Amino acid sequence: MLRIIKAFSKRILRSLFGRRDAIKIGFYGPPNAGKTSLANRICKDWTGEEIGVVSKIPHETRKVQFKEKVDIKYKGKNLTFKVIDTPGIATRIDYEDFLKFGLSKKDSKKRAKEATQGIIESIKWLDDMDAVIIVLDATENPYSQVNITIIGNLVARKIPILVVANKIDLKKANVKKFESTFPEYDVVGISAKDGLNMDEFYESLYDLSKRT
Amino acid sequence: MGKKSKKIKGFGLQVLPFSEVRGLSIPERVKKILKLVLGNKVVILNGRLRAEEEARLIEDTMALIDHIKGFRGIELAVIEPNLKDEGFLVKMKYEFAKTLIGESNVITVIGPATVIKEIKRDPRKVELLFG
Repeated sequence: MLRIIKAFSKRILRSLFGRRDAIKIGFYGPPNAGKTSLANRICKDWTGEEIGVVSKIPHETRKVQFKEKVDIKYKGKNLTFKVIDTPGIATRIDYEDFLKFGLSKKDSKKRAKEATQGIIESIKWLDDMDAVIIVLDATENPYSQVNITIIGNLVARKIPILVVANKIDLKKANVKKFESTFPEYDVVGISAKDGLNMDEFYESLYDLSKRT
Repeated sequence: MGKKSKKIKGFGLQVLPFSEVRGLSIPERVKKILKLVLGNKVVILNGRLRAEEEARLIEDTMALIDHIKGFRGIELAVIEPNLKDEGFLVKMKYEFAKTLIGESNVITVIGPATVIKEIKRDPRKVELLFG
């Protein structure tokens, strides 16, 4: 509760006494939804450099990673972001899940340990965000408790949200389902991998920045 | 909590009335739930946790995975009545009951990940699959 009050007062003071240089934008969501792929796409588009490594093995991102200054010039609008890519949030971590991807037992255990620490770090970082992009896998069920928990925490902290349904390049993707699950939020279907529908995404990102 | 090499065997169900956790602080509430889960109980909480309590529950769960052998985390589900297709009177009755006695129709199920394979979100039929 104290954390939420602190974050809320910080936001009020900021809005009263002037703007920060860059809008801190966090990428949150479950593991393997494509948070780093999207952060990479944005960073590559506007800085020429990627932010992190992507992999088919869940929990590839196990530490919060940043790109300090990303200047986006889109349709005559200028925006400066600090991009913060966070480890995927889950309620369970089983090292045996990583064995299926060919990792050794030792590496799987190490990955599991780092993943648990990454999740704790992600949650702690919630208070520092100005806005959050929730990246979800458009081929999965949108109604998972982790998604609801993340959104609930952002709403409690009064942090503006944009929901991204990623992987629309896949046949199973169903963006409509995400729109009906989260009717109160702006939902954009994209493919970070193939760069599909990025125009609409940048438009929504601009709208999101106006709400910070 | 936090003992090493604790093994998980068997399981039980534990109904936790909201009145039992109402007066507790967030860390105490989470500690109480996790203590039951580590005792291999599937906890059925009458009511729901607040968003920040769920986040704390996840944080503490992650910290415990590193320290307790065999503990792989939790499964968490909030089951609430689907009133979408209900008529105005039913919705009104539900809202009235909510005002009087809190969210008594909402159930939160929290169990060890190794025990619960799936919790179906159907208020009329909660199906637990045990592995």
